[in-house]
Amino acid sequence: MIDWRLELRAVKGRAYPRIIGAWREPSWVLFDIFLPLLGIAAFIFYYRSMGAPEVFTGFVVLGGAMTAFWLNVLWSMATQFYWEKETGNLQLYLLAPMSRMSVLAGMALGGMFFTTVRAASTFVLGFFIFGVALQVSNILGLVAVFLITLIALYGMGMMFASLYMLYGRGAYNVSSLAQEPIYLVSGFYFPVKELGFWVAAGASIVPITLGLDAMRQLLFSESSVNPFLPWTIELLINCFLAVFFILLARRSLHYMEYLGKREGRLTLRWQ
Amino acid sequence: MAVRDHLRTIKYAAWLGWQMDSNWTNPYLFIAYSLVKPIAATLILVFMYLVIFSSALANPAVFSYMYIGNAFYMYVAQVLFGLVMVIYEDREHYQTLKQVYIAPISFYMYIIGRAIPKIILTTIGILITLAFGVVFLSLPIDLLTISWMLLAAAMLLGLLCICMIGIALAGIALLTAKHGSGINEGIAGAFYLFCGVVFPITFLPAWAQSIGLAIPITYWLEIVRRAVLSGSGVPNISGLEAYSNSEIFLLLLFSSLLFFVISIAIFRYADYLARKKGKLDMTTTY
Repeated sequence: MIDWRLELRAVKGRAYPRIIGAWREPSWVLFDIFLPLLGIAAFIFYYRSMGAPEVFTGFVVLGGAMTAFWLNVLWSMATQFYWEKETGNLQLYLLAPMSRMSVLAGMALGGMFFTTVRAASTFVLGFFIFGVALQVSNILGLVAVFLITLIALYGMGMMFASLYMLYGRGAYNVSSLAQEPIYLVSGFYFPVKELGFWVAAGASIVPITLGLDAMRQLLFSESSVNPFLPWTIELLINCFLAVFFILLARRSLHYMEYLGKREGRLTLRWQ
Repeated sequence: MAVRDHLRTIKYAAWLGWQMDSNWTNPYLFIAYSLVKPIAATLILVFMYLVIFSSALANPAVFSYMYIGNAFYMYVAQVLFGLVMVIYEDREHYQTLKQVYIAPISFYMYIIGRAIPKIILTTIGILITLAFGVVFLSLPIDLLTISWMLLAAAMLLGLLCICMIGIALAGIALLTAKHGSGINEGIAGAFYLFCGVVFPITFLPAWAQSIGLAIPITYWLEIVRRAVLSGSGVPNISGLEAYSNSEIFLLLLFSSLLFFVISIAIFRYADYLARKKGKLDMTTTY
């Protein structure tokens, strides 16, 4: 029988350091909000040097802000159990009586909060500095798309976390490899439809692809967005992906823990 | 310390760096991993260009400016990031920094040695990126018309300058927690913006142009573009076209010398502070 109070305490306990950490080290404000703006500014000036329509400035600010979530999923979700193993915390999680899914859920909630602060700040600053023209057509739809995208994305992160649990430095390198290629195929800085139907369809397995496409439709003038699919369909697909990834995370977590115990790799460090 | 000792330090540090970076898998897979990332970064810019212009041939001046600038900028990003990570990895992950420090070698040479595998891998990435551009995107580079002497001189000075900046950042890393790697990302991001890596600096506001003109990377990229596109007939749109090659080279030389002095000063002071405050073996796992 599930002890829900225990599980909720575990979720809260694991989310706590991530939420409180956001306020304990003010230098992160510089690293995570102002510094990403430099890259965003470079891409905006690049578009301007080509005489691109102003709406592309908005695409870059939105995509640049959303990179925070992808980076957080890669480095603070997917590789987290690898870091925990390296620092000796993983064995403590496994000894404790709560479900490992609660630990992952806590990591996800804390990460979502911390990263939303960062991404929203980047977006708002970018909005004012570069004069982004928004045309919000459906605020409730936008909130729904954003939240479902986050749930699906962090569900994917939970699944990766379990898969990475046994890896050594390979985990670090896989995450490093998944940055720029995903920025490319998910259309962080341009409409994903420009890559062609099949690339866009393949990239849709990463929830942020459809989430970004839907948000562009809801934030900017429809005539300039060149959507891949109608945003309602994209929302439905991301709902499915959210459930799919969370269920898959649960299964893979059980399997990888079993495998790790059998092979004695759960406490192996410096691989 | 004899030059031979320094060279031996560089050689073994380079070997160590290669092993630490690559021995988690087989070398071929590692090289493939190392190449996918920078090529994907370049393709992002290519698709941004194609969204606006539909064809690489539509505006060869803009396309070649962006493509070559971004390709060579890989050195800046990889070396700066790599050298800061050397400090964090040695100090916190492998916890060997203090042993390296008390060994009878120059720590400065050790860091330069650790940069070498990153420079070699980045060079391979750049060559593949440029070849891809020539074959598939009609990038107007002709091996017969490249100004090889100018390119070689610029590369030598430019790489030394990048290593010097990397060493200064490595010095700062001795004092910061491991998540302080945002500093080098920020510096690399600032260079990407102010040095006109993918767009001419004339598109920046005047104050930002002044910053760009004080950074050697701006002049280095300008010389590299001139050398690589020499004889291609592509017009120069950098905003620095009024300067001759020798003038740009002199500007690169003087700004690099200035950065060299600043880099040594930063590293020595950071090294002194790190010893004084006992930070050489700190672990920041929080």
